[in-house]
Amino acid sequence: MPKRIGIEVSLAVADAVKMAKADVISAYPITPQTHIVEELSTYVANGELDAEFVPVESEHSAMSAAVGASAAGARVYTATSAQGLALMHEILFIASAMRLPIVMTVANRSLSGPISIWNDHSDIMTERDINWIQLFVEDGQESLELTLAAFKIAEDKRVLLPTCVNMDGFMLTHMIEPIVFPDQAVVDKFLPTYKPLLTLDPKKPATLGPVGVPEVYLEAKKQCEQALLDSLDVVKEVLAEVNKTFGRKYDLVETNGRKKAETLFVTMGSLGETCWSAVDNLIAQGQDVGQARIRLWRPFPVKEFIKACKGAERLIVIDRAISPGSVCGPVAQEIKSVFYGLKDAPEIVNIIAGIGGRDVPVADFEEMYRLAKKRKLAKTYTLWGLNSNA
Amino acid sequence: MLRDIDLSGFEKITAKDLPTECMVSSGHRACQGCGEVLAMGMVTKAAGPNTIVANATGCMEIISSPFPETAWKIPWIHVAFENAAAVASGVEAAVKALMRRGALKDRPHIIAFGGDGSTADIGFGALSGAFERGHKFLYVCLDNEAYMNTGIQRSSSTPYGASTTTSPAGKKSIGQHTQKKNLPLIAAAHGIPYVATASPAFYLDLMNKVRKALSVDGPSYIHIYAPCPTGWGMPGSKSIEIAKLAVQTNVFPLYEVVGGRFALTKKVAKPQPVTDYLKAQRRFRHLSDKEAAFIQQTVDGNLDYLQRLVAATNPEPAKAKKPKAKAAPAKKAAKKK
Repeated sequence: MPKRIGIEVSLAVADAVKMAKADVISAYPITPQTHIVEELSTYVANGELDAEFVPVESEHSAMSAAVGASAAGARVYTATSAQGLALMHEILFIASAMRLPIVMTVANRSLSGPISIWNDHSDIMTERDINWIQLFVEDGQESLELTLAAFKIAEDKRVLLPTCVNMDGFMLTHMIEPIVFPDQAVVDKFLPTYKPLLTLDPKKPATLGPVGVPEVYLEAKKQCEQALLDSLDVVKEVLAEVNKTFGRKYDLVETNGRKKAETLFVTMGSLGETCWSAVDNLIAQGQDVGQARIRLWRPFPVKEFIKACKGAERLIVIDRAISPGSVCGPVAQEIKSVFYGLKDAPEIVNIIAGIGGRDVPVADFEEMYRLAKKRKLAKTYTLWGLNSNA
Repeated sequence: MLRDIDLSGFEKITAKDLPTECMVSSGHRACQGCGEVLAMGMVTKAAGPNTIVANATGCMEIISSPFPETAWKIPWIHVAFENAAAVASGVEAAVKALMRRGALKDRPHIIAFGGDGSTADIGFGALSGAFERGHKFLYVCLDNEAYMNTGIQRSSSTPYGASTTTSPAGKKSIGQHTQKKNLPLIAAAHGIPYVATASPAFYLDLMNKVRKALSVDGPSYIHIYAPCPTGWGMPGSKSIEIAKLAVQTNVFPLYEVVGGRFALTKKVAKPQPVTDYLKAQRRFRHLSDKEAAFIQQTVDGNLDYLQRLVAATNPEPAKAKKPKAKAAPAKKAAKKK
């Protein structure tokens, strides 16, 4: 029987990795990801999880060891945040180029400097082009289930790409939430033992990571990108299976509030829940407003997103990262590109909010809505909550 | 701490039963007379086919893997420049986990190859981490004493006085003005079971050190002298001669450290003067007699230090090493200064 437990979300993620029976976990401590790997190392120490825990000396080595272990045929997990993700940067591209189904939690945190341990999306937005499947979760239940789903997606023979599950540092990772835990037998059926296609096997020697001369580099890159594009259907399929197995209604893009609303908020990650409350308040005040929440960031679900926005005259796109020197935040850039040249494209306003752990309460979303409606927001982007006198 | 290392799994190679199967096939793209690829071939010969290689970026990676060709007859993985030890750590962790759950039966040898830049500079942290964690793998540093793949830039393993493209000799410079980083000693300081230096000129010694390294339970390290005709400025036909000379001049002494006990594995009865070694290579051509004398002094001093380590870590070195008691002249040379 599934059990409902009040638990810190980080620990639930660790439980998901335990239930996924990861073979190798390589990790380096960084706030706010640490609770996940601490819990996993405890499971290994207690014999509750029969895995190799490799306490590496840096995140660069965490990802490198993950690559080595995955190439050798193991199911591999790691977790990181901010500077840790940045230190992995070089290897993230290689992990996807080698088509290794590593699963990683990114407990999203602001990048230095100034150094900040608090939450925004600047870490993962810097890594948009790593050719990984990138999911964003909003709550604890989803964190557990999408961690399991991440293994299933990554290891699918049609995909074979590393997958990261983004969850807001502290704002989500350190929350205690009621979470329903599935039975191990159910998980085992959902996620069978990983059977790799190609490994470092002395009986069938393979050369992994050869030199890509100009005659082959482009084609290698395109194959990798094509695998990412094609993974969208598999993500859909696996979410459908998650829904069936665990009784959810997850989709690539989800909507709430009024159908075919005039104004839509667009969110990604845990701010979506706060925004949702604001949307409900605004509807109660008679406003024609709704919300589209992006769950799959890479590959970007273009068709699904356009469908979710159908009928909207205005999108208020909430970004949680600055893209210095650009015209707007990264999510808004994406969405503007998606709608460029389309008939009936909505007006797109961009608000960059919650940077470096700055709180964005419900009332702020209501204020954003009012300003957007009165066309009082900048055409490029608005840095929400900026104290210009500082 | 001194400790006894179980070497019962060590299968010695003699000239009569040299393994013939090289895991790095010919036709690769190394320069003529490359001592590095030669040494790498010897290592894989000694290791045999049940081996997984993690290779750092560098000459050996470039010359052996231009897609769609490969020189590798054994499973091989290249990820990046600074992480061969970390990649090998992951492979080893996976091997352990897979063996426990029955997905893998024969435990393969795991060998990481890196050049001196990859080992002494950019991958130093990853190497230290892998040693400290105790993974059962062999790390081989193929030391050609500069970044040869990118065009002969100095590394921290470039010897004093060598002219490279980023430590060029000039009116105000003798070339590299720092002393070579002592990687084998640093490796030994990790307390790992087996550390050795080796040279392709002494192939039996090299291959047996590989066999020993692979037989111990834990990390092992072999630092191999890898002559580079292109980078050092010498004919390709001279690689092995230079490698021999490096040992005979005590520029590159051959030794091993087993459980903290140091032992010279090739004792040089009558060391040749260092100038013989320096004069044979363009990278040292600019050095004056005075500078050569200083290098001689350093070489003697380094050997003296090594001999003291041998004496300090072996309670009765004279008895234990009686048949090879020819270390005395070398000692004398060291004391001359």
